[in-house]
Amino acid sequence: MAYLKHFLLFWYDFIVGDDWMIAAGVVMALAVSAVLARHHVNAWWVMLVAVVVLLAASLWRETRPSR
Amino acid sequence: MITSAGMLMLAAFLASAVEAVEALTVVLAVGVTRGWRSSLIGAGTATLALAAVIAACGPALALMPIDTLRVIVGTLLLIFGLQWLRKAILRAGGYRALRDEDALYRAELIEAQGGETTRRAGMDWYAFTLAFKGVFLEGLEVAFIVLTFGTSQGSIPLAALGAGSAFVLVVVIGALVHQPLSRVPENAMKFAVGVMLATFGIFWSVEGTGMVWPGADGAILGILVVLTLVSLGLVALLRRMQQARQALQTANVAGMGA
Repeated sequence: MAYLKHFLLFWYDFIVGDDWMIAAGVVMALAVSAVLARHHVNAWWVMLVAVVVLLAASLWRETRPSR
Repeated sequence: MITSAGMLMLAAFLASAVEAVEALTVVLAVGVTRGWRSSLIGAGTATLALAAVIAACGPALALMPIDTLRVIVGTLLLIFGLQWLRKAILRAGGYRALRDEDALYRAELIEAQGGETTRRAGMDWYAFTLAFKGVFLEGLEVAFIVLTFGTSQGSIPLAALGAGSAFVLVVVIGALVHQPLSRVPENAMKFAVGVMLATFGIFWSVEGTGMVWPGADGAILGILVVLTLVSLGLVALLRRMQQARQALQTANVAGMGA
């Protein structure tokens, strides 16, 4: 059990890293894109905008003065 | 297509070079303190294990339908790339210390000197394990990039060639200079890799949902330019914030002293 926990933690840290909100945001943006694509809306820009916002927000959380 | 292939090779080359520099620091420290034979066997075994991972997983990934593959791989690549980019921006902005290979080398030397000596079958297993772990863990990120990038682009051999040539280059230079490669601009390389991984991650994940990019493959360059400019802008902003914070701290200290 401990081995499995270490194994999963390793892969979580490997892929997701320090800020899980980036991963969660990317998955949400992908879900929105998939729904729009299903309704024939070619909103290719959604993911690009989401990435810029997620990156800036993540850096802000890390560097804000209250930390 | 040529641009994509070039970027694929460049991303694999840069990522591999960065990780190889980091692995070299570990292997050098272990080799100098514990002896070269066990350390090199450990490093070599790790390299073979990584090659086996790529050889085993590559064909399995290639069996997936291309759209599913691009959504999954693109998303993983995007999350992974943003992690690299985020760290590189924080380091360039002065919010995290730059990696210091010389200091890390000294720390590894101390760790290797203090380790127990377990000799069996003529091998120092402590040295073997340290070298194996160093190379395997650093190399796993490269294997991930080669696999995901290579499969989505339809060319694992091209990605492996880029990664392999960087690895050989670093090993040759390391063997010649016999000390950690502290002058390699690691953070700039990580920044570039992060931007490239995120670019392809955005492109493939969106394409996998069934959307069409304006300009088809040409959109990759557009995404790259946008992400590079945004990232450089964020670095500049962080540097300015850091300078303002330091100026404020200096003023506070001066005020307390007065």
